[in-house]
Amino acid sequence: METPNVYAYKLITRKEYFSPGHRACQGCAEVLAVRLVSKALGRDTIVASATGCMEIVSSPIPFTNWRVPWIHVAFENAAAVASGVEAGIKVLMRKGRIPKKKINFIAMAGDGGTSDIGVQALSGALERGHDFTYICYDNEAYMNTGIQRSSSTPFGAATTTSPAGSVVPGQVTWKKNMPEIAAAHNIPYVATACPSYPIDLIEKIKKAARTKGPAYVHILSVCPTGWRMPPEHAIKAGRLAVETGIFPLYEVDKGRYRLTVKVENLRPVGDYLKMQGRFRHLDEGMIEVIQKRVDKEYKKLIKKME
Amino acid sequence: MRPAVLTGEHYITGDEACAEGAMAAGCMFFGGYPITPATEVAEHMSVRLPEVGGTFIQMEDEIAAMASIIGASWAGQKSMTSTSGPGFSLMMENIGLAVCTETPCVVVNVQRAGPSTGLPTMGAQGDMMQARWGSHGHYEIIALSPSSGQEIFNQTITAFNLSEKYRVPVLLMTDEVIGHMSEKVVIPNASEIRTISRPKPKGRKDRFKLYQPAENGVAPMPSAGDGYKIHVTGLTHDERGYPVMTVEAQAEMTDRIVRKIRDNRHDIIMTDSYNLEDAEIILVSYGISARTSLAAMHMARSSGMKVGFLKLNTIWPFAEEKIAELAQRARAFITVEINYGQIHLEVMRSATGRADCHLVGHAGGTVITPEQVMAKIKEIY
Repeated sequence: METPNVYAYKLITRKEYFSPGHRACQGCAEVLAVRLVSKALGRDTIVASATGCMEIVSSPIPFTNWRVPWIHVAFENAAAVASGVEAGIKVLMRKGRIPKKKINFIAMAGDGGTSDIGVQALSGALERGHDFTYICYDNEAYMNTGIQRSSSTPFGAATTTSPAGSVVPGQVTWKKNMPEIAAAHNIPYVATACPSYPIDLIEKIKKAARTKGPAYVHILSVCPTGWRMPPEHAIKAGRLAVETGIFPLYEVDKGRYRLTVKVENLRPVGDYLKMQGRFRHLDEGMIEVIQKRVDKEYKKLIKKME
Repeated sequence: MRPAVLTGEHYITGDEACAEGAMAAGCMFFGGYPITPATEVAEHMSVRLPEVGGTFIQMEDEIAAMASIIGASWAGQKSMTSTSGPGFSLMMENIGLAVCTETPCVVVNVQRAGPSTGLPTMGAQGDMMQARWGSHGHYEIIALSPSSGQEIFNQTITAFNLSEKYRVPVLLMTDEVIGHMSEKVVIPNASEIRTISRPKPKGRKDRFKLYQPAENGVAPMPSAGDGYKIHVTGLTHDERGYPVMTVEAQAEMTDRIVRKIRDNRHDIIMTDSYNLEDAEIILVSYGISARTSLAAMHMARSSGMKVGFLKLNTIWPFAEEKIAELAQRARAFITVEINYGQIHLEVMRSATGRADCHLVGHAGGTVITPEQVMAKIKEIY
């Protein structure tokens, strides 16, 4: 179905598989993404979750928000543990110990757990072709340990280990393009998503779960705490990331690229950057540098759709 | 722009004191990765190093962080990384590489309770044996353990000095409690801080042998770009650094990396003694638990019990001769540490049955109280 650009809530199940009462910060769009993903997947789901915000906020006993089987693993190995879970369940089904049915195997991690420390395990699992979905909840820094840069932190952003000062202007490298790295493994399904576009996100997760073989979904998850902005602007920031072309929503379905949310005229990147404290130090010159890069990357992406 | 040595009185956390100690020691490279409760060391270095022309890099994981400081060290810079339990585990292979290639570098482990993810925000002292034996093969290593912000500052400098002097990775074993606690730290004038740099080779470049030891058993170390033809490898190698796959070469190399530490142990091992002269019971401790032990010792003394305290500043190599000597006259040792008995085993080994050995310890997550130590003293006195 073509994704409507409105929040058609009646199309979303009322059932919650990630329950309320978690400990995430006010305005956390990552936990919203987890909730929407859980709705899309339903109950026949097993989740392997790397260390990170979502582990911390959802699991301290006596509370848990998970209404599906969930395992916390080390920081670097969500994809490897999910590989083992998938392979193990397959054996149990083959030997008739458990009934044969469709189970969604999910590995989830943040951007640090995906693009830095977890990229080896992820690449291995994609290459081996496990029937699983890897979800990267990308809030663009190590927020759980207190806002340190990752390779997914955008150029110019100030974090506690890429502080903006007179010598270094914040993050000096460009955001690692994880969806493209996943797509380069020639896996059947890759998509980007954002909880500011819930229907689009849910459709993509459903498609990823339906896909036979590995699927990768990269979800931009606005973090008001780490991005230094008011929590009530989280959803707006997500929309602006898409409307400026900084984070285009697209999918790569068996190698075919398609924009799922089309933006007629991209807004200037300043609209997005200026609402966030982490970019506060950027001058017009730096913003222009970012604008050029975004234009170039966006054109490159559009070219792949032709 | 601030200088490398921030002379003056500061009220800072242990993690910040560690970073300032590294700056004062001449550290110019930090390869880091975020992990509670060590992140503040990296954060502080990311601000401080650019101020003196040094380099801070955040790596993609602890494996890479440890590897990066080995590279920086061979490029001629004093280098450091910091981490906690899970990251320390990931660093182990490369710590072995640094031992085998005799690479000076400093690894800070702000210990938290384990195993695995454990209690990220709560302290413990459970990595002491991992510090000793965590990498594979047989080797000697140096590990220090400070017990306050001031000691973290001082011992970070000592760690660099020992590392440069003996060409070995030095492990600074702090813990979450002192790492996160804010205390007064006095930083002296730069001229009062003694720093040591690795011995550099002299003489003809074409006849240079990378691992030909000097008198103290340590070979001079050139840097990449100095003009020496060097071969650095983690394979078993001969004096020239070339891989040799023989039993003899293995024995010779292992012997050298073990002996340079063992033979210089009196220079490396540092302890503080409190009331040991007439002590019937001796507390043995280090890190945050040393402060518990000191308080317990004073409590015991004020109620007339002859209790002394041996504070271990150097953990590895272990002060076994000191313990053996004390075992001749003391009735019992009580090792105080936040684990189920790691250094306790070393005390037992060193006492060789001449004194009773007891442990006051727990699994981690909080400090040991002086009252808990007192209870044990009363039980056995």
